[in-house]
Amino acid sequence: MTASAPVLKRPVSGPFIAMSLFAAVMMNLLPWQGIALLARPDFVLLLLLYWVIHQPLRIGMAAAWGLGIVMDVADGALLGQYALSYTATVFLALVLHRRIQAFGLWQQALHVSVLLLASQLLTLLAHLASGASFIGWSYFLATLSGTLLWPALGLLIPLALKHKPLPE
Amino acid sequence: MDHQPFFKRGPSLVARLAFFGLLSIMLMAVDARFNQLELLRQSVGLVLYPLQQIANSPLALSRRAGEFFVTQHQLASENTRLRQQLLATAVEAQRNHSLQAENAYLRRLLASREKFAERATAAEIMSDGRDPFSRRIIVDKGSSDHILPGQAVIDDSGLVGQVTRVQVLSSEITLITDKGQAVPVEVVRNGLHAIAFGHGQDNLLELAFMATNMDIRKGDELVTSGMDGTYPRGVPVAVVTEVERNAGYPFARITCTPSAGVDRYRNLLIVSAPAPRPEPAPKPEHTPKPAPGKKKK
Repeated sequence: MTASAPVLKRPVSGPFIAMSLFAAVMMNLLPWQGIALLARPDFVLLLLLYWVIHQPLRIGMAAAWGLGIVMDVADGALLGQYALSYTATVFLALVLHRRIQAFGLWQQALHVSVLLLASQLLTLLAHLASGASFIGWSYFLATLSGTLLWPALGLLIPLALKHKPLPE
Repeated sequence: MDHQPFFKRGPSLVARLAFFGLLSIMLMAVDARFNQLELLRQSVGLVLYPLQQIANSPLALSRRAGEFFVTQHQLASENTRLRQQLLATAVEAQRNHSLQAENAYLRRLLASREKFAERATAAEIMSDGRDPFSRRIIVDKGSSDHILPGQAVIDDSGLVGQVTRVQVLSSEITLITDKGQAVPVEVVRNGLHAIAFGHGQDNLLELAFMATNMDIRKGDELVTSGMDGTYPRGVPVAVVTEVERNAGYPFARITCTPSAGVDRYRNLLIVSAPAPRPEPAPKPEHTPKPAPGKKKK
């Protein structure tokens, strides 16, 4: 295979996907505080969306649900609220993945912003249903930062994949 | 004719969404209403604990590095200050000693229980809560250090909150400023009883259900009244900062600032909850003792 055929995608190895998701969990676990916590993009959800959109056969709603439970425990949140929002968002991404793949990075980011917003709205709804009060519009900063991060992901992950040696 | 997919791919997307969605909603309902999922939470939490420690390590490392590079002058001045403080507290401790003895004697006279057991566990704040909707912190002591849910948490200047969830190596503390957290308090000046509610905002407590003619002034100190059996009595809670009396409402709007400095210190004290209240004695005529001969079977 020559380097002049970039359209043909090599299948991504399972361990690579798992490692990237693990890294995303670690990024989420970093001690974010205050406004940084609000503005932090949800790395786990972004990586999930990336893999679901680019490798829809490798990863799906079960992984999203499991990672959601992990984030629920990590955040000390109501058990199931991240699981619900991740699952629903990944469902939307699975429905839309062919369409999103056809766009350039920034247009993809626009699509992803809607998905991230849907996820945040679901989490907000779960919170409101369990009796919390709305904490202000800065809550939606995470959608903004996630949208801005998407093109970077779209550039970096193929780069990381390219440097792996070809299987014989 | 039915459409047959070329590749078998399991249940359809919508079916999977419905399955996982319902599972999540059920989990949420069970977790919110019945508190039956602590085992699941604890096992996932135990796996997650080392990862959290690793993720927290850069911050801890930088803090330790900062502690290492203190100047001689800083250390010397801190040393002098601490020595002076020690003198001051030594005098106070002596006085306290005699007062305690006198107090114990008087209490024995009154035949009342001791105020609260002196057992306390020191804990360090590991991280702030990650849920922006609630006011919670995570500390580094858990059920392996005999922490129990419901214990009160104080720092050197006042009440911080209450242990709400205990894992093996860490526990979660809900601050008194959390929405829905209520603390029974009394006013130091006149012994008036009230309930302080958190509002989900930093540095804000509100005294609820106080009629407009109640004797509460700006600057009044509030301490725990201990009526709930959860918090020990006499711990400073807050200082009244604003009293707003509006004739249109039956209750006055009283806002207070918590005394404890949760955002300032990293070390907290988890004090053991007071002994549980004695159960009301069963009436002897309703619970007849079974005869020993009949019980053996």
